[in-house]
Formats: sequence, C-alpha cells, structure tokens
Amino acid sequence: MSATGIGAAVRRKEDLRFITGKGRYTDDVIRPGETRAVFVRSPHAHASIRSIEVSEAKKMPGVIDVLTGKDLATDKIGNLICGWMIHSKDGSPMKMAPHPALAADKVCHVGDAVAVVIAETQAQGRDAAEKVKVEYQLLTAVVDPAKARSAPQIHEVAPKNTIYEWSLGNAKAVDAAFASAKHVTHLDIVNNRLIANAIEPRVAVAEYDAGTDQLTLWNTTQNPHVSRLVIAAFVGMAPEHKLRVIAPDVGGGFGSKIFIYPEEVVCLWAARKVAQPVKWTADRSESFITDAHGRDHVTHAELALDASGKFLAMRVKTIANLGAYMSTFSSSVPTYLYATLLSGQYDIPHIYCEVDAVYTNTVPVDAYRGAGRPEATFVVERLVEVAARQLGIDPADLRRRNFIKTFPHQTPVIMAYDAGDYNASLKKALEIADVKGFSKRKRDAARNGKLRGLGYSTYIEACGIAPSQAVGSLGCGVGLWESAEVRVNPTGSVEVLTGTHAHGQGHETTFAQLVSERLGIPFENVSVVHGDTDKVQFGMGTYGSRSGAVGMSAVANALDKIEAKAKKVAAHMLEAAEGDIVFKDGKFTVAGTDKSAAWGDVALNAYIAHKFAGQELEPGLKETSFYDPTNFTFPAGCHICEVEIDRDTGKTEIVGWTAVDDFGTVINPMIVEGQVHGGIAQGIGQALLEVAVYDKDGQLVTGSLMDYSMPHAHDLPSFKVGLTETKAPSNPLGIKGCGEAGAIASPAAVINAITDAIGTEDLAMPATAQAVWSALTRAQPRQVA
Amino acid sequence: MPAVSMTVNGKAVSGDVEARTLLVQFLRENLRLTGTHVGCDTSQCGACVVHIDGIAAKSCTTLALQCEGAKVTTIEGLAEPNGPLHPMQEAFREHHALQCGFCTPGMIMAALDIVRRRGNDLDEHTIREQLDGNICRCTGYHNIVKAIAAGAKTMAKGGARQAAE
Repeated sequence: MSATGIGAAVRRKEDLRFITGKGRYTDDVIRPGETRAVFVRSPHAHASIRSIEVSEAKKMPGVIDVLTGKDLATDKIGNLICGWMIHSKDGSPMKMAPHPALAADKVCHVGDAVAVVIAETQAQGRDAAEKVKVEYQLLTAVVDPAKARSAPQIHEVAPKNTIYEWSLGNAKAVDAAFASAKHVTHLDIVNNRLIANAIEPRVAVAEYDAGTDQLTLWNTTQNPHVSRLVIAAFVGMAPEHKLRVIAPDVGGGFGSKIFIYPEEVVCLWAARKVAQPVKWTADRSESFITDAHGRDHVTHAELALDASGKFLAMRVKTIANLGAYMSTFSSSVPTYLYATLLSGQYDIPHIYCEVDAVYTNTVPVDAYRGAGRPEATFVVERLVEVAARQLGIDPADLRRRNFIKTFPHQTPVIMAYDAGDYNASLKKALEIADVKGFSKRKRDAARNGKLRGLGYSTYIEACGIAPSQAVGSLGCGVGLWESAEVRVNPTGSVEVLTGTHAHGQGHETTFAQLVSERLGIPFENVSVVHGDTDKVQFGMGTYGSRSGAVGMSAVANALDKIEAKAKKVAAHMLEAAEGDIVFKDGKFTVAGTDKSAAWGDVALNAYIAHKFAGQELEPGLKETSFYDPTNFTFPAGCHICEVEIDRDTGKTEIVGWTAVDDFGTVINPMIVEGQVHGGIAQGIGQALLEVAVYDKDGQLVTGSLMDYSMPHAHDLPSFKVGLTETKAPSNPLGIKGCGEAGAIASPAAVINAITDAIGTEDLAMPATAQAVWSALTRAQPRQVA
Repeated sequence: MPAVSMTVNGKAVSGDVEARTLLVQFLRENLRLTGTHVGCDTSQCGACVVHIDGIAAKSCTTLALQCEGAKVTTIEGLAEPNGPLHPMQEAFREHHALQCGFCTPGMIMAALDIVRRRGNDLDEHTIREQLDGNICRCTGYHNIVKAIAAGAKTMAKGGARQAAE
C-alpha cells in the first residue's frame, strides 16, 4: 500500500480552502446585478387562501416585483413531483397530491410559500414581505399521523389522507409461524421526527442569460443532474440543454439537499421574469419549516421465537407520516428502504410488513441519513434485545444463535445478502468494548448511585444505491447507476469527472487515491471535477452511501478502458504487439525486455498521434463508464453502547461507544472513521436529544435551534472504531460504503443500553433526562422516607 | 446611512451600513470576506465566530456599527499572506477535523479563543465543554477535539503567530 493509494489515511486536498475560509459555498456566489428573494410563508398549518394583496409590498423601497402562486400558474410552471411510484395492496397507485412551488388555492403546512418578494437587498425584501397581505380561511390542522386516517381530508386525491397502503412479505406464512411460536415479543415504537440541520442552510442563485436563452442555477444540491432533469422535464422550466445546474461546495446534506424544492424553482422562474439574477438564502428558522424532515414512523412490531430462541417470524405494522406533500423520494423511504431490512443480520424464515403512508399538515418528510434503514434497525434490534431479556438469554448469545452464516442468503424481504461475517464484527466489538468487565463497572457505578447499562445493535443495511433494474421494478422512476469520465491530459495529469458530488465526504481525495494507485501516477497529479452539469456527464449524485460503491466503480471501469487504450499507444511507441505490453507502477514495458515507456510519454503520444495512424487508433486518452451495480451492498457490524445514568436527574452519560463495521474495501480509513463518527453522533442525537414537535394546531414548536436540541461536543463521547472486512462481490472494488451506517446502528444501541440500565422498556426516543427520570420513576417508584 | 470604520485582518476598512446591518453581513457582503459563515439565526451554531479586539464573538449577533474602531480578525486573517498556515489550521487538516467545512472557520476561531482563555494543555472534557457555542453536524466532534488539543500544544511550542490582538 502506497502512502497515497487505496487504504491510506491521506490528508484531504479539499481542506486547504475550508480551513482558510476560501471555500465557495452557494451563498458565496455573488452575481452582478443580483437581487434577493424573500418568501412569504403561511403561518397556518392548513388554510385556504382567500386573497393575496401585493400592491403595498410592491411600492416598498428596492422592490422589483412580488409574485404569487397565481402568477406561477399563469406562466404554466409545473408542479414538484415524487419520482418513485408505490402501489397499494389493492394495486392502486400512490395518491400524489399536486405540489406547486407557490401555493395558490390553499396552504398545507406552516412554511408553505404563497408569494415571493424580489428586492435589491435582503433587508428591503424582508420589509416588503411583511407588507404582503394574505387572507386565510383556517381549516382544521391534521397533525397526528396515527389519527390522520380519520381526520379531515387535506388533499382531494387522497381520501382518509392515505397515500398508500403497502405491504411486503407473506402474511399467511407469518401468521402460521406466530401461531406455533413458543414466545412472542412485541413492541410499540415511535421513530421520532428529525430535522437534518446541515450547518449550511439551503441557497439558490438563479440567473437568466437572455442572449443565449440559458438559465443557470447555483444550488445547495447533492445531485445537480437530477435537479436539472426534474426542473426541466417535470417542472418544465426550460429544456435540459438550456439549464445549467451548479453545486459548488455544499455544507452538509444528510439527504435534505437531495430533493427538488420550491425555492430553486421560484428563483429560476423569477430570474427570467425580472431579467436579473435572483438569490435566496434560507434563515435557519426558515430551514426548519421548509427542509424535508426525516423519520416519523409509528410502529407495532412482533417477533416470534421457538423454545430455543430461534427466530421464526416477524410482523410489523407502520404508519409513516410523509407530511403535507410527497417530496422527491419520500414514497420509497418507509417501503423499499425500510421493510427490506427487517431481516437484520438474522435468518428469519417469514416476515410480513404493512406500511400505511399518510398526509398531515406538517413539513414534507423524506430521506435523512439512513433513510428507512435506521427505522428498520431500531425495530429489529429492540425486538431482539427485549426478546433476550424476556427469555433470560444473553443478548449477544441470542444474536449469535440467529446470525446468517452462509452466503448468498435470500431474505424473505427481497434483499439477497451476498457476503458478510456477522460473528467477526460481534466478536471484535465485544473485545474492544470489554464487555467481560461490564458487570464490575456496573457494580462500581451502583456504589456511586449511578445506573450502568449496556446495549447492542448488530445492524445491517442496504446501500450502494442501486441496481437500476431492481429499483425500476420496485417503482423508481430513474436508474441509479453512476458515471465517470477519466481524462488524461497530454502532460500526463488526470481529471476525473464524476456524477457524484461530495458535501463533506472527501471525494477530491479518495477518488484521487484510486486513480493515483491504479495508474501509478502521483496523487497530486489527479483532480476531481464534480457538481456542474455543463462540465460533467449525467450522474445521479451523492446519497445512499453510493459514491464509493457505485461512483468509484465507474471510475475503476473507466480506468480499465484507459489502461487498455494506453497499452495500444505504448505498443505503437515501443513497436511491440499490444498483448506483450505490461502496465505496472506507471510504466509500460514490453514483457521480457527492458524496453519501456513512462506514463507521461504515453499520454503525450496519445495526443500528438505521430506514432500511429488515425485509422488504426483514434488519438486522445479519455474514457467514460456508466456503471450499474449488480446488487445493493450490505455494510454490517456491531455497535455496543455503555451508559451511566444519574437516577436523580435521569441524565444519560455515554461512557463507552464501540463500533466495529464491515465496509468491504476501504479507500481512506481516516475518512471512513470520520463518517462513522458523524453518523453515530446523529444517531445519538436521535436517541437522546432531537425531536421535531408539532402542537395540535400544526405549529412547529421546535422551530429553531433554541428548541430543537442539536448534539454539542459535550453531549457526545469519543468513539472506538474498528473494522472487519468482507469485500462486496457486487462491484469491482469490493466497496460497501460507509456514509450512513453510524446513524443506522446507533439509536438502537443507545436505547438498549438505557433500558438495560433502568430496567424498563417503557421509554421512547428522545430519551431526554426528563423521559428517563419519568420512566425510572414509573418503573421503580421510590419510597418517601 | 451611517458609516463605519474598523480594521479587518490588519487592513483599515470602512463602509456605509444600515443600523441593523450585522457584522457578519458587513464582512461577507461589503468586504467580500466570505470565510465567515451564517448557519443559524439564534446565535447557537458558531459558524460566524470571529475575533473582535482579540476576543471571540459571534458576528451574527454583533452589529457592524458596534465595531467602530475595532480590530476584527476573520479566518482569512489567520495565516500570513503567502505564508504558512496557523498551527490550529494545520491541526484541523492533520486530524480530519472537518468534512463539509462549513462550521470550520468558526470552529477554528473559537478554538483559538479556548487556548487564549484556558491555555495550551487542554483535556478532552475542557474542550468539549468549551465548544458549547459551536455546532458541527458532520464530524461528531471526535476529531475536532483531537485537533484542538494538538493545535493548542503546537501553539505552545512558540514561533506560531497567535490570532491578532
């Protein structure tokens, strides 16, 4: 392994600009003549719009125009869409309600935009927005997803506010298994609604060039080409070839920046109308009521076991709150990204899952780090842990008894796991976490009046999103392959143009490591180009832990083609047969001789083209690959959380965290560990601190960072991270991906640990100090002295 | 519109601002120093931290006019122009203490203030407590804590230019 090749902890190229304040985030983009957009948003959760009066606002200083939903409809701008078709059990398609970028008839959530002010400065825009007069007729707000089915109907297309009633698995077989079970564990689980809160708020800058009839959008997006496609083909803003989308540096996404939102659509439309660039930057409290939220499931789950603790079947019923409108990928998250992981790491013969998705008058819900897999893992790992406690079996032991041990393994829920070794990660985690010493630590803590608990989460997830035919057959409207173009320059340096787009994952470094090692050229001679639809061929973007598994595999395949062509050029240069050329460490050698040509010379010759005829070999050295994986990948591992609880305050301190993950091939272990740290932090946030709360009128009570509790440094421990490796068989590099695993595994580990400590399962997330104290008090009422 | 004059990263600057213009807006929009970021509107996230007269302050909660005559240092002013990086900047890179980079300028500026107040020998507990005013969503803080401890130690070895007084 070289110092900069695959497996090396190379320090990141992108850091220089970030640590010196020279990053170029979307709000840093300043266009000549730029105007500012300020949205007028509904303060009500559910209301019809009786009138909008903009004349006073239009007269305010600096105002260029004020536009409404009526204007949008007049200009025939199309609606936003959800791109994944899900069918109900009765075969009917999901009920997708119209979602215009500016509401014209009614508003469906607090934050729903009804008008936009275009002004010279942000301050002028804000002042004018306050003068827009909207008359609302209040309607009953539907807030509780568990009660949405019997609440007033929000959208005409969706009776009982039901989007779909979906199922997966064999209900009859599951019922039969339950009937024969020796033991059934059941749990009622709420997977708490979360807000991604990437530290960079969303921004859109739109510019129209009347001379070329070209629109340009700078946007905080994880997938510029997908945004361009949706805005062109569905919203109808402009034909694709007349719309350029640029994602500059993006400050975190976690899924929330995948989706196509009203704001960028409105900015593009307004830019063309006012013939000046239009910039919109979200305030944080605006982000709270416009960025897609995550999770929000209500679940009843049951696990059937036989007398020896073998899992026989699992039955799950979930209500998924998708919010006021169907966001871009929303339908897939509680279905094919959720139910298909309910087998966990275990051999479970029969599984049946029903999911009802509902509309409520809340912000739309869509993928958030893990997207369906944290929800599934929480269900599975809580059931398993509780079952172990109920049966008096050691939780590690119960897991071992049920682990899948041979591969490939076809689960009853579509996923076919191709490779893994769950025992290996469990074993390593037990050692690192010093589980043997736990009883003593628990006794010592008890002497100090503290309650210690230990919780496991042996998770598996499906990522490396995704094999196109597979997802297509499940209703996805797009393929989920990835593209790469490798351009060798005449002077031998290389540009890799990838359809992925990093928002913190370090692609400029890791992709360069791959190319550097494969071509035997210095790491400094490789640059990565991404995030601009004018520069880079179509790609699907970064989410679903796919950039390594799918994105780098495309690069690897393109490198194979580069190598093949370069060998042809070398053969001409060295006057040898192509089949005799060996390429190693950046040098082309005629086998069995000392005749060689260096990489740089071959690259130059490819472009000068003096040594070969154009008819036999085209000049140039540039190759493309569109890579479609053959399967999802299946990262898996074991997280062990140790907590200490103060019984007087209910405060949980995490005193130990061990994560042992199998990510297959690891390109840069430093970056992989960083992904694990960040994922665990978000999972701990979900378990202990975070929840988006709506009151009965549909007001977002947790509407800013004052009330929504983000994890701070003092809320978190340091983490012990280890790796095991079984390579992914489904892509040429054997990469499984690592971006979401931490967030998927961790909530269950935390709650398993706390419930172990306090001796009751009656605890919901977030397990705040108050929640834990209350649970303790209910379970162990204290005597009054 | 009132005028304001101050020194930013060693350079005398002035501009016309509204009374309500925040220091962060003055830096980003008037001076085009976009290294200081806005991440929230309740003064919690810390992406906007700069030094005013040698002390860390949230530029989102400071009016530009409040800084009349003040010496302001932003992330852009840490390293010598065309010179080496500040040891704290180096430490962040060395320890992979950033991913998306958006919280990073404020995090580095806050880190320097921790060193100013608590010295160069910082333990994990102290650093975690002192980072209460800075939120990172990407890193889980694990590497940030390591970087700050390491950067603080390197600063003690002298020859390192501390943030301007």
